[in-house]
Amino acid sequence: MSAEPVQIETDVLVIGSGAAGMYAAIEAARAGCRVMLIDRSLIGRGGATVMAQMTVAVALGAEAPDHWSHHYQDTLTAGRGLCNEPLSRLLCEEGPACITEMDSWGVGWARKDGKITSTFAPGHDRPRCVYVDFLNTGPAVSKTLRSVVHKTPGIARTGDLCVVDLLKVDGEVAGAVAWHVGSGAPVTISAKATVVATGGLTRLYRRNSASANMGGDGYALCLRAGAPLIDMEFVQFFPIGHLAPRLIGMDPIMWDPFRYKLGGRLLNRDMEDFTDRYGVPEDGKYVITRDVGTYAILKEVESGRGSPHGGAYLSFQHVPAEKLREAFGPVIDRLAANGIDLTRMPVEVAPIAHYHMGGVAADVRMRTEVPGLLVAGEAVGGANGANRLSGNAITEALVFGREAGRTAAARVKTMKAVPPPDKAARATVDLIRSDPPKDMPNTAAMLTRLQATMSDDVGPLRTAARLNRALATIGELATAVGDRPFGDNGSFDMQRLDWFDLRNMLTVARAVTQAALLRTESRGAHQREDFPEMLPQWRANQAIRLHGQDLDIATAPASAVEVAAQ
Amino acid sequence: MSETATLKIWRGQTKAQGRWETHAVPFERGQSVLDGLRWIRVNTDPSLAIRFSCINANACKDCMMELDGETVYACTARLEPREMQVAPLPNKKLVRDLVTEIAPPAERFAVKEK
Ligand SMILES: Cc1cc2nc3c(=O)[nH]c(=O)nc-3n(C[C@H](O)[C@H](O)[C@H](O)COP(=O)(O)OP(=O)(O)OC[C@H]3O[C@@H](n4cnc5c(N)ncnc54)[C@H](O)[C@@H]3O)c2cc1C
Ligand code: FES
Repeated sequence: MSAEPVQIETDVLVIGSGAAGMYAAIEAARAGCRVMLIDRSLIGRGGATVMAQMTVAVALGAEAPDHWSHHYQDTLTAGRGLCNEPLSRLLCEEGPACITEMDSWGVGWARKDGKITSTFAPGHDRPRCVYVDFLNTGPAVSKTLRSVVHKTPGIARTGDLCVVDLLKVDGEVAGAVAWHVGSGAPVTISAKATVVATGGLTRLYRRNSASANMGGDGYALCLRAGAPLIDMEFVQFFPIGHLAPRLIGMDPIMWDPFRYKLGGRLLNRDMEDFTDRYGVPEDGKYVITRDVGTYAILKEVESGRGSPHGGAYLSFQHVPAEKLREAFGPVIDRLAANGIDLTRMPVEVAPIAHYHMGGVAADVRMRTEVPGLLVAGEAVGGANGANRLSGNAITEALVFGREAGRTAAARVKTMKAVPPPDKAARATVDLIRSDPPKDMPNTAAMLTRLQATMSDDVGPLRTAARLNRALATIGELATAVGDRPFGDNGSFDMQRLDWFDLRNMLTVARAVTQAALLRTESRGAHQREDFPEMLPQWRANQAIRLHGQDLDIATAPASAVEVAAQ
Repeated sequence: MSETATLKIWRGQTKAQGRWETHAVPFERGQSVLDGLRWIRVNTDPSLAIRFSCINANACKDCMMELDGETVYACTARLEPREMQVAPLPNKKLVRDLVTEIAPPAERFAVKEK
């Protein structure tokens, strides 16, 4: 195979080009650093950011009075006692500055009478969510940041570079070793500061709203580099993911904006409202939070009152055609092309994996426990506790990205030289270009099996028996994956890509499952059918570290709830 | 009702040395061509190279290829129960199978010739 790895040097390496990574790159470059922004996919297109369709939560107070402390209070309430409060506070307090800066960069937040307008979303005490019409929030955020990245001097950008391991020199992270998917070449990138902004893990599940790049790489990278993860058991399911009829060219979470604007009714097999049975009467308004919505739909299905494909009906039949068109114009035509006329029929919806509350443990400057290693965006754990409010994730990505860029720049100023890669890099380079084993089971089928196991046994409703069964399957898969990458290591070798993905996803799946097994209570997005109560002794966070092949889990009480400053 | 879609797919690592391969995919209404290609990877040949990220959302714009001679996004082109011919974009540098170099030049990784 190819000879020596390509070696690159920079001040700040940013891994992942979603909102968090791009904001971090811009902020570090503005402070005078040389930045390298890399992504396993194309720049600005591979992650969740470009897919987001809905809203961004921020206490702007442009249309009606609001203050970050109200947003903070709502975030803590939704988090069910587990939020890392300094992180939640940072998100809420700095949100307005980032949203305003995005506005000055021309993102195009929807306006009414010249003022940025906000919509109401479940769990917020007032209309607080800004958006770009129609279903265009994520693409607009991504495009805006991409053009600022282009214009900011000092940022080199490269796609098709998949990070395989972080580079550690003398106990500090000093860059990363990546695999150039296009050619199969190993690439060593040395940096004074490294920001992991790789997004979430929802690809672990069969039905998800994710992209193919969201297998939780960053969590595995940080674990292997010695940084702990927290709250890994809290995977957010989005209750009303599209289920049936099958649709082409539309994201499964598309019904959320419909509910924001038009309410809509959630109905069971018998066309009855049912959310009141689970404590939240809706009456055609969208008020149910994600954890309760998921629980209500799955319980209704379990009781035999689900819709034909195993979910619930969502109906807009009571909304006049003109109103539908006014609110969603072109989207109504895309639905028609798929044979869906909302004035005549309900659609079927069911929970899908959507976002990860857990992640890498970090302080308010986005520093992990390992010097030189920073995190940003959905990769960070803790700001949203046991359940995230709608709209908080984009804000989190922007605010944490900006903060990580600042911290990276400050670290760069204190360092004279970029530490050169040592022997540790060698092992990953050798792994990347190693010959495949003789026996290579189908990697795509193994990924499918992992997703099935996670969905069936580590979904929103959990029991010890199912979690243990999942651990057994994860173990079998790990044995089949072995320690040598599959494929021919030619150009765009998808078997080898799957193999690197399995290496990460199996570790992350184990972290989620083991943490879920230990948490013997129900809280927010984690519901144990064998432990249905929320218990005061579990107002605690679980931190996970990797020791050899094993995951160690330690429990520490969550910080005390302080009353939000007025 | 067991209809099939027959995908005739161009495979190869250089434009000069390519071949056509035919795969039968169980057809279900409401599937995309990308769904069909992903089915092949899981059920028959995981080495088939395709570029995609968002799968359904038509947001990433990664999955451009040629279907029956026309440029499409594989995730928005409907799979049909007939023979469909899938090839890499003819006007872009070939990477492998259905994958071409579509990133803007400033965002590509330049590797020296091996
Ligand atoms: C369909 C959908 C809709 C959503 N809608 C909303 C919404 O309306 N409002 C809201 O607040 N939130 C929403 N969310 C959540 C929100 O979009 C995400 O939490 C947020 O965009 C995450 O941003 P990020 O920058 O942290 O990560 P991402 O945008 O996911 O970017 C991560 C990047 O890292 C790259 N990467 C991953 N691994 C590697 C590796 N090993 N090497 C190199 N690169 C790597 C990926 O390719 C990707 O480009 C939605 C999520 C989804 C999936
Ligand atoms: S896979 Fe993203 S646009 Fe087709």
